[in-house]
Amino acid sequence: MARLLVEKRTDWVGIGFAAVLSIIIVFPLLVVFTWSVTNVWRYPSVIPQEFGLRFWQATLARADVWSSITMSLTLATVVTLLSALICLPAAYAFARLDFPGRSILFFSFLAGHAFPKFGLLVAIAAIFLQLNLIGTFWGVVLIQLVGTLLFMIWIPVAAFQSVDRRMEEAARDVGASPARVFWSITLPQAGPTIAAAVLLSFVGTFYETEGAWLIGAPQIRTMPVLMISFINNQPVIQYGAVLSVLLWIPSFVALLFARRVISSGSFARGFGA
Amino acid sequence: MAVLDIKDVSKVFSTTVAVDRFNLTVGDGELVCLLGPSGSGKSTLLRMVGGFETPSAGVVAIDGEDVTRVPPEKRPTGMVFQSHALWTHMNVFKNLAFGLKLRRLPADEIKRRVDAVLELVGLGGFGHRATNQLSGGQQQRVALARSLVLEPKILLLDEPFASLDQHLRERLREEVRDIQQRLGITTLFVTHGQDEALSMADRIVVMRDGKIEQVAPPDFLYRQPQTPFVASFIGTMNLIEGVVSGGQFSRPGLKLPLPIADGPATVAVRPEALAIVKSGEPDSARIHRITDYGAHAIVDLELPDGFRLKATVPDAREWSGVQAATLAPRAFAAYRENVVAYRS
Repeated sequence: MARLLVEKRTDWVGIGFAAVLSIIIVFPLLVVFTWSVTNVWRYPSVIPQEFGLRFWQATLARADVWSSITMSLTLATVVTLLSALICLPAAYAFARLDFPGRSILFFSFLAGHAFPKFGLLVAIAAIFLQLNLIGTFWGVVLIQLVGTLLFMIWIPVAAFQSVDRRMEEAARDVGASPARVFWSITLPQAGPTIAAAVLLSFVGTFYETEGAWLIGAPQIRTMPVLMISFINNQPVIQYGAVLSVLLWIPSFVALLFARRVISSGSFARGFGA
Repeated sequence: MAVLDIKDVSKVFSTTVAVDRFNLTVGDGELVCLLGPSGSGKSTLLRMVGGFETPSAGVVAIDGEDVTRVPPEKRPTGMVFQSHALWTHMNVFKNLAFGLKLRRLPADEIKRRVDAVLELVGLGGFGHRATNQLSGGQQQRVALARSLVLEPKILLLDEPFASLDQHLRERLREEVRDIQQRLGITTLFVTHGQDEALSMADRIVVMRDGKIEQVAPPDFLYRQPQTPFVASFIGTMNLIEGVVSGGQFSRPGLKLPLPIADGPATVAVRPEALAIVKSGEPDSARIHRITDYGAHAIVDLELPDGFRLKATVPDAREWSGVQAATLAPRAFAAYRENVVAYRS
């Protein structure tokens, strides 16, 4: 009996799912990666005729690639910081205070994601044109800021709401001012979940393409925008492939961070689990 | 050194009156229990003393100083919450040191005071522990230490043992009582458990619907409850409704001499004061069940009209097979219109 209970059964359904998912996700990545380290690959060969880092060298030697990397990192950082500055206090207000129009305002953040994005962007672009924001850094910052609002409001609201009120009261009781309570108790308690939101908004901004292209082009070129123009304009596939592999880095780093947050359970709590 | 004065304090939440013109003075070093069912306003009252709620009317004063509008961080009160409310992102030492740091005490002074108070609550050497590494009882002790380390004038305890198991609860209330008496700290304690109140308090305030039913020392409260509510809330009490006529209280199955004016009355008898005698008469009380506790037994009786009551007998064996009994209260009280009308 005991042996039967501890005997491990092979879960073929699970293995099947894992295999299909791996093929769907990993196979395209593998192809792109192979292209990036290919010097010569002609039809009908299944594997490249010649491997090499020629196109890595060629891509990394280009000034527009480096300037786009810098641009993307700067944009993502500025947008995330601004978003945190605006959204975290707002999220706290939504979580803790009751004011007229609270729920309407709260759901209005969904609006930006409830309609086809491109239509919204074109309408905003028309307004930006009159404000002379087209083709400027701050124009792109503004448009990308809109995209982060949902994450940066909704997740921190849930985080703040899950902080035990009694903990905050206990801190008041031992002599902390309301501001000090927020800084020393509320923020650290909500911290991991908020970190997840910040991470999501950083990565989301880094990969954001439509807004950056519509508002920023051609003066402001982020990495995804540059990659698209490479793929569209270059007869050589490898440039696009190398840039694409370069683009994996931030999401990979983000994933490593997210793993820590997710495994601690606070990420799930952020979504109200 | 510290006296708490609550004068005519009321609290109204939108439509409900949580506390209604409440008056109480807690003397220096006294432990007073607020006892009542949930919704009786006892926690609201405690939170008003701690500064977490503002009274709708009335004055809260500590050592004669009006603190009614003073925020919690500026009050000389220390509160222990039901859910212990420890800060889980800090270890035990940091939980205790937080309030001292806010007071800008030097580091070695903080260390000395934290260590001393941890020793006091029996958790010496636990400073480096994370709060989730502690048992429920230890967490509640840390919560108590966190309040005590600041040497508050008034200690407020909001059902601090509610989430603990029975055994631990009994041990902790003895410890808390010991510590409170050793430090001589004025304490207000909220509970809905009568055992807790009876075993710890110098005086008990029984609350109901935001009002005081009775304020008295525990033994007095048990022996001389002023209202039927107090009588039934503290310990077990048989409350028998009936009619008085010509100095005789009567209800089917029970007749008692009761020298008060004619009219309805409620007779209150403790099970241990209700003697019963074996009987064969048809209108006596029927024995419904006998529960043997070894040292004594509880007899459940049913009056002819179906009303149930309890009596204590010394030996269950004497009652095996007995069908009916006559009631002979040794001591009882009678209430009319919510006040004591007679006490034997």
